[in-house]
Amino acid sequence: MLNRTVAPAFNQVSDINFIQPISKPLANGLPVYILNAGEQELVRIEFIFENANWSEQKPLQAVAVNGLINSGTSTLTAKQIADGVDYYGAFLQTEYSADFTTITLYTLTKHLSSVLPILLSVLNESIFPQHELEIYQQNQKQKLQVSLQKNDYLARKTFAHAIFGDTAYGSDINPSDYDQLQQTDLLAYFKAAYQPKNCTIIIAGKFVDKDFEVLDTVFGGAWQNSESFDRNHFSFSVKAGEDIYIEKPEALQSAIRMGNLSINRTHVDFPALQVLNCVFGGYFGSRLMANIREDKGYTYGIGSGIASLKHAGYFFLATEVGANVCADALKEIEKEITLLREDLVADEELDLVKNYMLGSMLGSLENAFSHADKFKNIHFFGLDYSYYSNYVETVKNITAQDLKEMANKYLDWNAMARVVVGKK
Amino acid sequence: MVNFNRFTLANGLKVLVHEDATTPMAVLNILYDVGARDEEEGRTGFAHLFEHLMFGGSVNIPSYDEPLQRVGGENNAFTSNDITNYYITLPAANIETAFWLESDRMLSLAFSEKSLETQRNVVCEEFKQRYLNQPYGDVWLKLRPLAYQKHPYRWATIGQDLAQIENAKMEDVKAFFKKHYTPQNAILVVGGNVKTEEVKQLAEKWFGPIPAGDKYERNLPQEPEQVAERSLTVTADVPLNAIYKAFKMSGRTDANYQVFDLLSDILSQGQSSRLFNSLLKEQKLFSEINAYITSSLDEGLFVVEGKLVEGVSMEMAEKAIWKELELIATELVSDDELTKVKNKSESIMVFAEMSLLDKAMNLAYYELLGDAASLNVEINKYLSITAEQIRAVANTTFKKEKSSTLYYLANA
Repeated sequence: MLNRTVAPAFNQVSDINFIQPISKPLANGLPVYILNAGEQELVRIEFIFENANWSEQKPLQAVAVNGLINSGTSTLTAKQIADGVDYYGAFLQTEYSADFTTITLYTLTKHLSSVLPILLSVLNESIFPQHELEIYQQNQKQKLQVSLQKNDYLARKTFAHAIFGDTAYGSDINPSDYDQLQQTDLLAYFKAAYQPKNCTIIIAGKFVDKDFEVLDTVFGGAWQNSESFDRNHFSFSVKAGEDIYIEKPEALQSAIRMGNLSINRTHVDFPALQVLNCVFGGYFGSRLMANIREDKGYTYGIGSGIASLKHAGYFFLATEVGANVCADALKEIEKEITLLREDLVADEELDLVKNYMLGSMLGSLENAFSHADKFKNIHFFGLDYSYYSNYVETVKNITAQDLKEMANKYLDWNAMARVVVGKK
Repeated sequence: MVNFNRFTLANGLKVLVHEDATTPMAVLNILYDVGARDEEEGRTGFAHLFEHLMFGGSVNIPSYDEPLQRVGGENNAFTSNDITNYYITLPAANIETAFWLESDRMLSLAFSEKSLETQRNVVCEEFKQRYLNQPYGDVWLKLRPLAYQKHPYRWATIGQDLAQIENAKMEDVKAFFKKHYTPQNAILVVGGNVKTEEVKQLAEKWFGPIPAGDKYERNLPQEPEQVAERSLTVTADVPLNAIYKAFKMSGRTDANYQVFDLLSDILSQGQSSRLFNSLLKEQKLFSEINAYITSSLDEGLFVVEGKLVEGVSMEMAEKAIWKELELIATELVSDDELTKVKNKSESIMVFAEMSLLDKAMNLAYYELLGDAASLNVEINKYLSITAEQIRAVANTTFKKEKSSTLYYLANA
């Protein structure tokens, strides 16, 4: 007779295999990292540029260049670029993040030689036509107007500004900022930031020698862009915690976002802090979820994390809770922080979290793309693969006492910027 | 190409196995053939609330999540108008834990009052977060009952209102479980670093003893053919005027389904698409414009939606949409345009094979449609579509009397 009350035997994950890329620069020195893996005949090519020349007066300059990069070049119109990419079933995505700007091409490998020349034109001879800029300004302003009515968006933006001020990490964008955009500024930024000296190419998927030759032929020569540039550099000082409340009398739910300046991936404590974060709010079974969702039913979801930026790290937690239970939810959050600072995490819970994190790391290495993502996480922080072996060892060996020390060092209600948008 | 083996247990549970030795992980995906369309009027939102309750402990195992996390696994689920789908990913070496957990909750739930109480609250907060406390969040709560008058697609998965969720009773929960959560109403897919023989043994061991239950015979109210234009105007505290236009279209298994899909791609996929270029870039009438299909099993919707540029009149915006729809309904699309959307479909399908979970979900869904093997020849249906077919489908679909339009206006 089958005994369904007894769990089957299981093993903790022991070996996690990271596939490392090979380094193979183009003829002009542009660094390329290739992760040739996978069964499917497709490839992802990322052109990654470090953000540069930050100016508080022009907070949208780099964002707009990224948003308009495929809107016309000296040889192609926006429509021709889109047609060219779409015809081959390829995808061209542009992404601006706190430290980097990424132009990503997804394509079936067989179409590489058709699509790459379009991309070269985009990266090397974009002209940012005035009429495209005007459409962009108008439509982005409208999108921002909609976002500003979302409590979680307002909370995120207010929180970032409280921690990082008027830097690229915290800039408090308003619709009128779009009016300041000038074509000449966009061109200047483009010529400075989008050049081989500021670019790293990361390739994942099916990509063999003949494909490399195609890439080198297209991108390995001289680019026109060669203006001088300064990579962004920020430093931040710790501020006292504070309550920031934006009242929305009609709100059905309040958005809560809180946290503080912390450490990034380069700090020796980072893996241990990730374990602590996992216990606190980093997975479905976390303390915050167990208490505030699964016990109290105050929210659909609550979570916490540590964001690792190039020049800073920060801890945050975020949720949207019923407006009528917002004050109670805040009390419970504070209580959970106190518990981690004062009491030891029980062995059973810690074992579970360790196993969960190892399984989760294994599962995050699903395909060539995810292996490449793991490489990016260390490469741009000047780390090597020993980061991951150290991470795995830390997760396996960390003790409840270590976690308590981490909590007292890094998890402090009073140090946090505590943003509430809605009612409390 | 997604390979698979297939067998059926004596109690009616269909099992598919996708062997993929390139990953150390495994996926266990289980699709229940029940969705919001199987709910009764006045008790809507139930399929989705029930999905939450499936995580509240089962007859022999007090906690579902904890033992799974302990073996390095993760899980989640979603409910649509047609189906409820649960999935687990975990290290393949620990696959038996997934069988143990998933089979016990098919056998029977714990039916805990505490869990029902909490999940009613959680789902109400989900309702607020997604539908009520967001600009334009309630669009589908308004559009569905406009487009459907009889068929249960007239309510959204989340339910018609908060009260119906708040009123859910334990006896309803038990009845719903008995009716829909049976082996013969489910499709199990196991994928990843597993062997078919091993899966067969585990399936027999854990799912084999579960009683077959009674067969649920679906008998849904049929939607009468729409013969008159419908519209609804709402005003709300939003910054921009918006328009949502829904046309009736074929269900998922109809021979024309893929034609509708390509039609929506030509109109709206990517920055080379017609609506984006004509209405947003050239005429500057919209700041966002999209067309898409609902892909539902019964008669679905072809939706065109957009947010108007400030100062543009609704009349002008709507006229411009109609002009594009009439154009594609009367003139043939060019060879290049057709090749483009076919190439795009091909590449999307290849990219979907990058993810083990996507493969497992797709196998389950295509098996529900009739045969998982059709997943691997789906692309051929797209590649054989002609410009004439697209024009013909557009011509029969984009008619005023088949449209339902929601005008969503900003409070002045």
